[in-house]
Amino acid sequence: MAGNRGRGRSQFTFNVDALGFGRGDSLPSSAQTPSPLFPPMQFRPVPLHTGEEVDYMLALKQELRASSKNLPFHIKAARTKTDVARYSDKYQNGEPKNNCIEWSPDWSRMPKELCIKVRKTRKAAIGARPQLTPKVAAKKEEVLQKLETLEKREEEQHSEEEEDEEKKKKNDEEEEPDADEDYDEEELEDETDYIMSYFDNGEDFGADSDDNMDEAVY
Amino acid sequence: MTVQEVRLCGLLLQQHFGNVVEKVGTHLIRSGVLTLRALAYETKLPLDLVKKSLCVLVQHGMCTFGAGRRGPAGPVEYRINCESIIHMLRYPRYIYTAKSLYGDTGELIVEEILQRGQMTMSSTVRTVADRLTNNMPEGQSMDYSEVVSAFSRLVETHFLQRCPPLASAGSSSSTLDTPLPASTQPTEPESHPDCYKLPYINLTGQGKRRRSSEGGEADQRAAKKARTDNSECGDDGIYWQVNFQRFHLHFRDQAIISAVSCKLDQSSSEIVRTMLRMSEVTTLAHAAFTQALSSNEIFRALQSSYNIARPNLDQYLSLLVDDPMEFVGKTGDSGGGMYVVNLHRALANLARATLESVVQERFGSRSARIFRLLLRKRHLEQKQVEDFAMIPAKEAKDMLYTLLSENLVQLQEIPKTPDYAPSRTFYLYTVNQLPTARLLLQHCYKTVCNLIERRLYETKENKRLLEKSQRIEAILASLQATEAEAAQLTEVEEMITVPERQQLESLRHHINKLDSSENQVDESIFLLESYIKSTQASR
Repeated sequence: MAGNRGRGRSQFTFNVDALGFGRGDSLPSSAQTPSPLFPPMQFRPVPLHTGEEVDYMLALKQELRASSKNLPFHIKAARTKTDVARYSDKYQNGEPKNNCIEWSPDWSRMPKELCIKVRKTRKAAIGARPQLTPKVAAKKEEVLQKLETLEKREEEQHSEEEEDEEKKKKNDEEEEPDADEDYDEEELEDETDYIMSYFDNGEDFGADSDDNMDEAVY
Repeated sequence: MTVQEVRLCGLLLQQHFGNVVEKVGTHLIRSGVLTLRALAYETKLPLDLVKKSLCVLVQHGMCTFGAGRRGPAGPVEYRINCESIIHMLRYPRYIYTAKSLYGDTGELIVEEILQRGQMTMSSTVRTVADRLTNNMPEGQSMDYSEVVSAFSRLVETHFLQRCPPLASAGSSSSTLDTPLPASTQPTEPESHPDCYKLPYINLTGQGKRRRSSEGGEADQRAAKKARTDNSECGDDGIYWQVNFQRFHLHFRDQAIISAVSCKLDQSSSEIVRTMLRMSEVTTLAHAAFTQALSSNEIFRALQSSYNIARPNLDQYLSLLVDDPMEFVGKTGDSGGGMYVVNLHRALANLARATLESVVQERFGSRSARIFRLLLRKRHLEQKQVEDFAMIPAKEAKDMLYTLLSENLVQLQEIPKTPDYAPSRTFYLYTVNQLPTARLLLQHCYKTVCNLIERRLYETKENKRLLEKSQRIEAILASLQATEAEAAQLTEVEEMITVPERQQLESLRHHINKLDSSENQVDESIFLLESYIKSTQASR
């Protein structure tokens, strides 16, 4: 609609007073930069609640956070070895491996495809071996088994292969998890004369940079 | 899922389960539904790590799986449940509620189940008994039966529920079953008839005290090892999880009671508490109001310690009914008057109070006055706003435009003519409570994300100092265990200099403040979420 163009040049089509500035004033300058990241606040925020309940929940929260780091649900990716393979690798333990899970879920409640080997602790594996030696007999299968156990002793700390897995599973059924864990792991391991910390190759120093650095427990 | 919700889920997953699970989880949230292979391919993580992460998420009930689009013969598809990830923010509140209702035993039971996702009754009882025994003085130990009774009470009041059985066996090969629907919905826990039935378990004994001579390794083993001797107890395969909905109903009731006690007085809040307690079992979760209770029933159910006489009760009830907050309504006259608690309306009013207080604290009390005016009068022109609010024109304009730019107030155009000529159009300001509540909820999520990130930043900045103090504490602890002299102890303590101590102290103070703020923002999140959910349920 052509409508009422107005006589003067500076006549607006809406009621100027309602906007809050007069006719002759200049328009407020347009912003050239994005608004500041931390704009100044007009009013200070209200202080936080205090009290026994609040303190208790705060302590609970921090405790939960700290303890969830130690649970097996906290998954860390296994560190890829960038160097050459070292002799001390055989004696390194406690590093998470990608192909085993640290806790044993109820597999009947999970889809079959998620089934992954449950990590047996080294102690459980050690406990198995002394029980193997009495079983050795002159039979063919026993000889094969002995060969395999010897093979296993050599490859103890490398990523476990399929036959080892089955062997260990069979053996673990026989042993009592609780009884054998009194071994002093450090000295009876693989008949070395050295304490386990001898084989510490210093990789851990400064390497655990990681960003889930959630600090001390208060 | 909104951007802020995804960001919050990512931060919470990282905090509790590490970076790997965070990566898998956020990717799955963004993509919706994925199969295992697709997930591994897209996140570029090794397949085993993805499997482990999914196990963790399924264990904690944050991920559901089912037969996918190709039916039971096709690969299994996984879906994340964002709500349960955001509930992780509220874990301290759940644990504290359990403690206040059922004591230390209840607190530990709920804590164990929350941390482990799902547990069988026997393993929970054993772990909790052991933990309690360790805290008791030497020579005493906690009997399993006490823990079992606390567990039963939690189940009876529906705070714990059985995990629902699987709808399908995942990628099972059984073709004899009746064909499953293309997308199997996960069964609701409540649809299972035995949801709250306790299994009969044969468990007697006492908690075992952890001997200090076994040292740290024994602790780790005991903590990590899932108790494998379930077969003795006969409750194999029956897993229990925390019923978050029940806890939320409890929080909602608490919010209503405290609001009544703030607005009116202590006695009215006790009356409302009695009414809510009487209708706990009869009211459905999404009901708009409780069952009608007659005044006689309420009087009989009132505890004598409150000392409210019969005529006073009637007066209090009529006061509650007349109150503009509309917590209690009268639905009839039989039995001395039939009264209900208006749950949805109470939630709406509580949400409205939250919105108003947010505006007041950020923009001042005069802007809050304008906001309240618009909430009550719905649509007002600019001139009318100035008149009703009794604020001079220039300032009123300024405040209105600030609120408009923050999106708390909306502009509605009503044209007089078909061409929306500005001089011939009404411009009305209005506030819609529901969209504004959603906006504020997103702001709350963003706030929590910022708080968490700030806390992570602060810890990272002072990492070196924190590690040093941890090492020194460890040294001190070992020295004290071997009973060293005081001189050695002071020498070790002096390894941290005074300015470092001050820095540590201020860091501790900041982190406590940030954590406390998270808890407090979570209370607002709960109110707004409940309000929004109640409006959706009533549609």
